[in-house]
Amino acid sequence: MTTVSGTVRSARGPVLIAGLSVGLLAVVLVAAGTGQVQISPAEVIGSVLHRLGLDVGPLPSVAHGESALWQVRFPRVVLAAIIGAALGCAGAVMQGIFGNPLAEPGVIGVSAGAAVGAALVIVTGLTAWGSWTVAAGAFVAGLITTFAVYLISRANGRTEVVTLVLTGVGVNAIGGALIGLLMFLADDSGVSAIAFWNLGSLAQANWTAVWITLPCLAIGLTFAFANSRKLDLLALGERSAQHLGVNVEKLRIQMIVMTALLGAAAVAFTGIISFVGLVVPHLIRMVAGPAHRVLLPASAIGGALLVIAADLAARTLVDYQEMPLGVLTAAVGGPAFFWLLRRTRTRAGGWG
Amino acid sequence: MSRISRRLRPVFGWGRPRVPVPRPAGSVAIEVRDLRVELGGRRVLDGIDLTVRTGEVHALVGPNGAGKSTLLAAICGDVPPSGGEIELDGAPWSQWSSTELALRRSMLTQRAMISFPFSVNEVAQMGRAPWSGLPESAGDDEIVADALRRTDVAQFAERPFTALSGGEQARVALARVLAQRATVMLLDEPTAALDLHHQELVMQVARERAEAGDAVVVVLHDLALAGAYADTVTLIAKGRVRAAGTPDAVLTSDCLSETYGHDIEVIAHPRNGLPLVVPHRPARTTRLIPTPEESR
Repeated sequence: MTTVSGTVRSARGPVLIAGLSVGLLAVVLVAAGTGQVQISPAEVIGSVLHRLGLDVGPLPSVAHGESALWQVRFPRVVLAAIIGAALGCAGAVMQGIFGNPLAEPGVIGVSAGAAVGAALVIVTGLTAWGSWTVAAGAFVAGLITTFAVYLISRANGRTEVVTLVLTGVGVNAIGGALIGLLMFLADDSGVSAIAFWNLGSLAQANWTAVWITLPCLAIGLTFAFANSRKLDLLALGERSAQHLGVNVEKLRIQMIVMTALLGAAAVAFTGIISFVGLVVPHLIRMVAGPAHRVLLPASAIGGALLVIAADLAARTLVDYQEMPLGVLTAAVGGPAFFWLLRRTRTRAGGWG
Repeated sequence: MSRISRRLRPVFGWGRPRVPVPRPAGSVAIEVRDLRVELGGRRVLDGIDLTVRTGEVHALVGPNGAGKSTLLAAICGDVPPSGGEIELDGAPWSQWSSTELALRRSMLTQRAMISFPFSVNEVAQMGRAPWSGLPESAGDDEIVADALRRTDVAQFAERPFTALSGGEQARVALARVLAQRATVMLLDEPTAALDLHHQELVMQVARERAEAGDAVVVVLHDLALAGAYADTVTLIAKGRVRAAGTPDAVLTSDCLSETYGHDIEVIAHPRNGLPLVVPHRPARTTRLIPTPEESR
């Protein structure tokens, strides 16, 4: 990262965002067309254009192509994009407020907290009120966990790597215990619902899930983008940010609520998909530098791209079987986390 | 203006922040009256009166633990006073929003740090944040370039802040504070990490700001630097003002010797007459290792 100069970086920002957008579009077309019913990208585009009232391009030629596309594939791809964008952006924002590149909902235990909330809703049968109750439970529990971690892990205005990671260990342990307890109390269907949640999967994606999570994403992204310059200033430390006119306390609370909202949107219908929020912002920073004006949108697009691609892999790697998405991202993200941990440690000259 | 609308303004962005009006040199920029500060139950500052005027470099000097940095932090708004008043630009601290404060005072803290590898240029640009949305922000690029040049860091403007040495980082932090163009510049030991040349450079920068009509308050350990560059020196000891006035009046052998508990001589420089502060040092009588001449 040290070799990249600032001017080159700032020129790279728009190019990166444009490139990621093109990549996102391409992966959407491929993912929507791939599966038991194969549909070519041209037919996917044609189908979308016809729905928009434009009689351009070919329609899916295979039997049930149209319905497979609109009832199964599109909700799944769109939900994957929403989740990826939410996770990528939430990770970047969280790293900004903690002043630490290792902060990520999964690492610090916020995902586990949200999972406890969701499991609690499943076990107590509140789901009868509608599918949004799981999202609400995940949001409330995620919010409480984020605040708790924030309060526990901070000292003198910053969070040290070791404190943050150890706090995450503790929170994940408590979360795991609570989830275990809830599974013990739950009936068979509850157990499988909670297990599904912990593995993370997009198999149950539908349009309802899309319509519930989309507003959360929109609100979260809007607030995060609007505060990108203030997040930059926070990198100078709380005091200096305050001296530059940032109301640090207000910003922090707003951003914590936003990450919890984005996190809840991400986990509500799919369960825990870890490490996206860790890996994506880090890669973006390596290419375009740490300025949040580029980092936040690029992380959102990059996250969407990654989750769609990972989901595509999860459902096509093994024939007639679907791998849990969370398992796949953790298998890639875990080693990436080790690498990042080592890098941060070398850079900080110790466990600072 | 009513309290409610003052509270709501920063929340909803009502109206524009009140931009400081330029005042003639010699106007009161900061007025501290009977300030008392307690930290952890211990009285750190007591009965402090201090006036800082535009157009002056005001040095705060004193022994370790005297309360200089706490005084600066209290003026800056970081440490809440437990008694007394601090007025900034003619109004109590609480009357200004965080942005309005940022337009009026900038602060260089002792240790510069950053969580992510922003470039030097980006760090200096952060100093312009309070002005965003105001017409003054049109000159951002020039002001940032000027700040980088004055602090002698323009040559590595594109390098990441984290890759610089301690002294270079300190100068970049100063560039950021300069770029803020606040009426009052508060500098907490800006010369601590710097070599001789850059110490002088930083104090010259402080003088230039004062001559441009701003007020500069600077905590210094080097009394000769204070004597050479400050218009007013306030000597603080044990949380109280021990002496205040022109460098000639404050930096005297008697006053310094008593305050620091060490014999200190103040001599006028033979050519420019500026005070040289020399602590009493015992003459060297023994030498265990022979000099090269002796061993030959």
